[in-house]
Amino acid sequence: MSEVLMASRIPLENYEEVVGAGEIEELRALAKPLRGRSIEMINSTPVGGGVAEILNRLVPLAEELDLNIRWDVMKGAEEFFDVTKSFHNALHGEPYHAKRKDFDVFLSYNEQNRATLPLDAEFVVIHDPQPAALIDARQPGSNHWVWRCHIDLSHPNHAVWVFLEKFVSCYDAAMFSSPEFSRQLCIPQYLVYPAIDPLSEKNCPLDSEFVQQVLHRYQIDPHRPILTQISRFDRLKDPVGVIRAYRIVKRYFDCQLVLAGGSASDDPEGALVLKEVVRAADRDPDIKILELPAWAPLEVNALQRASTVVVQKSLREGFGLTVSEALWKKKPVVASAVGGIPTQIIHKHTGLLAHSVEGTAYQIRFLLSHPEIAAKLGEHGHEHVKENFLITQKLKRYLALFLMLDRHL
Amino acid sequence: MNVAETPFDFVTASYLTRIGNQSAGTLAELLTGLEQCSDASIFYHTFQTLGSHHFLTEGFSNDFAQWTLSSTNRNDLAEQLAVLDIRDYTSIAALRSDLCRVVRDFCVAEPQFASQSGLERFYFCESVEVTVPLGHSARNLDELRDGLTHLSHAAFYFHFISSRLRLQLQTNDFSHWLSSSLGLRTLADNINHIDVYTNTLDSARAKMLRLIDRERKKV
Repeated sequence: MSEVLMASRIPLENYEEVVGAGEIEELRALAKPLRGRSIEMINSTPVGGGVAEILNRLVPLAEELDLNIRWDVMKGAEEFFDVTKSFHNALHGEPYHAKRKDFDVFLSYNEQNRATLPLDAEFVVIHDPQPAALIDARQPGSNHWVWRCHIDLSHPNHAVWVFLEKFVSCYDAAMFSSPEFSRQLCIPQYLVYPAIDPLSEKNCPLDSEFVQQVLHRYQIDPHRPILTQISRFDRLKDPVGVIRAYRIVKRYFDCQLVLAGGSASDDPEGALVLKEVVRAADRDPDIKILELPAWAPLEVNALQRASTVVVQKSLREGFGLTVSEALWKKKPVVASAVGGIPTQIIHKHTGLLAHSVEGTAYQIRFLLSHPEIAAKLGEHGHEHVKENFLITQKLKRYLALFLMLDRHL
Repeated sequence: MNVAETPFDFVTASYLTRIGNQSAGTLAELLTGLEQCSDASIFYHTFQTLGSHHFLTEGFSNDFAQWTLSSTNRNDLAEQLAVLDIRDYTSIAALRSDLCRVVRDFCVAEPQFASQSGLERFYFCESVEVTVPLGHSARNLDELRDGLTHLSHAAFYFHFISSRLRLQLQTNDFSHWLSSSLGLRTLADNINHIDVYTNTLDSARAKMLRLIDRERKKV
């Protein structure tokens, strides 16, 4: 039994309608040789953040396939999470002066967790850097250990990476969300895309009446083009750049802009960026800046579905799953060619890539002028997500990985 | 109705993508990568990408052509790479040789573009194929039809596209079995002529089912 209680459980059969019966049969066939085999997933938080969200969906689905899977969360105090937050930022390339004490704190909490976590499953999957040193508990030749890295390691802080690499190189394999995020390692590295759940509140089909209610609530005109960017108020998401692109588009089209993200009230930097965005909007009544409570999944879903064009004009990005969310809803997307976005947006096939404010504006204008092309991009985008970025595909890749490790392919 | 001595065993394949240690930022580097990468990498960027992007039936052929177009803006080279048809190849070596020739000829003819940086880098990856039997098989046309209708995309791709390399006969698993086990050569040929570039996996399967239904009416 898992230590973590699942927030919700959606039967595997429910996905048949979305992906087809053949895909579900295939999942069962892939899982059959693994039936009853033990798997332990370990991360550092039971709620909040993309990893917990994915495990919340993935673990129950794996249980339905008769895999003996459990999800454990490592325990740590504030000092540990302060250090791992610094490591996280440093691995993303932010300046950081590594201190001996920080490494000691990291090692100490990993050691404490080694004493309490089972770590004896046939397949142990460790998510992200926080629990990476649990690998020291491994008995030689006993079980398979995989390190799943959800962050971009393309430009890591040298000292932190050198420290972490010692542990990573002891795993059987590492998994990354994009080739661009990986490192040159002595162990095999595999590509496993993040995924969206088509049946979650953020992505499930909605009544058009509800969509209209949401538009009405935020005073958005359903009869004029709606450009939308869903992201937290963060400079790396370039919300001010989106406003500049909107202003260029506005010269040619009577459109509206929606910038919606989580509340910035408990994030000092977010609050600062929000102020900059409000200033840049300059009381334009056609710019709606929405601070949504805890991401309000149904409202995000409705806003995406109501959009004419979805924008993701990030300056830097992880994988950028909001792009897949929009594509799943068959929306034409204009996005920056950064991070994992080009994996989702195949330029001119599943959306349009841009490299500047002016480029973003140009591509939006193009789509507003050619609704038939916009619709086609949306259709192709939907198929691309169905083939590559759904939770069922992710589960399939995990199954393939376990089979491969088991067969020593 | 003919009954085959050797059944058609339905199999599915799941593909893991292994990230290689090579990448390219220019056409010259793409050529080096093409010359040095593994066979599994050439397979991934040509055969497998056709399966994972089957829904794009216009202007998408393989990852090399797509990168050349979107990152280096060399439409002429992209077109030459895109027209290489995987159905013409029974070995990765021959396909690699032609990919290298096309890029090399372009770099020699247009040296000013060979070292120009692309907008994004190209990362060489590899396919690792994990196959699992689906647990059902066909001994006659009806059973093949029934099995076909329930296949996932990956299983259909495995039998219809990637099988070409495995068989090394310029044909696919379905056509090979229909011809060799049921003696239905015309049907086998017609199925083999379904264009995998201009059809999605679903539309290719639908055409195949129509051809099978036409054959069943003859019986």
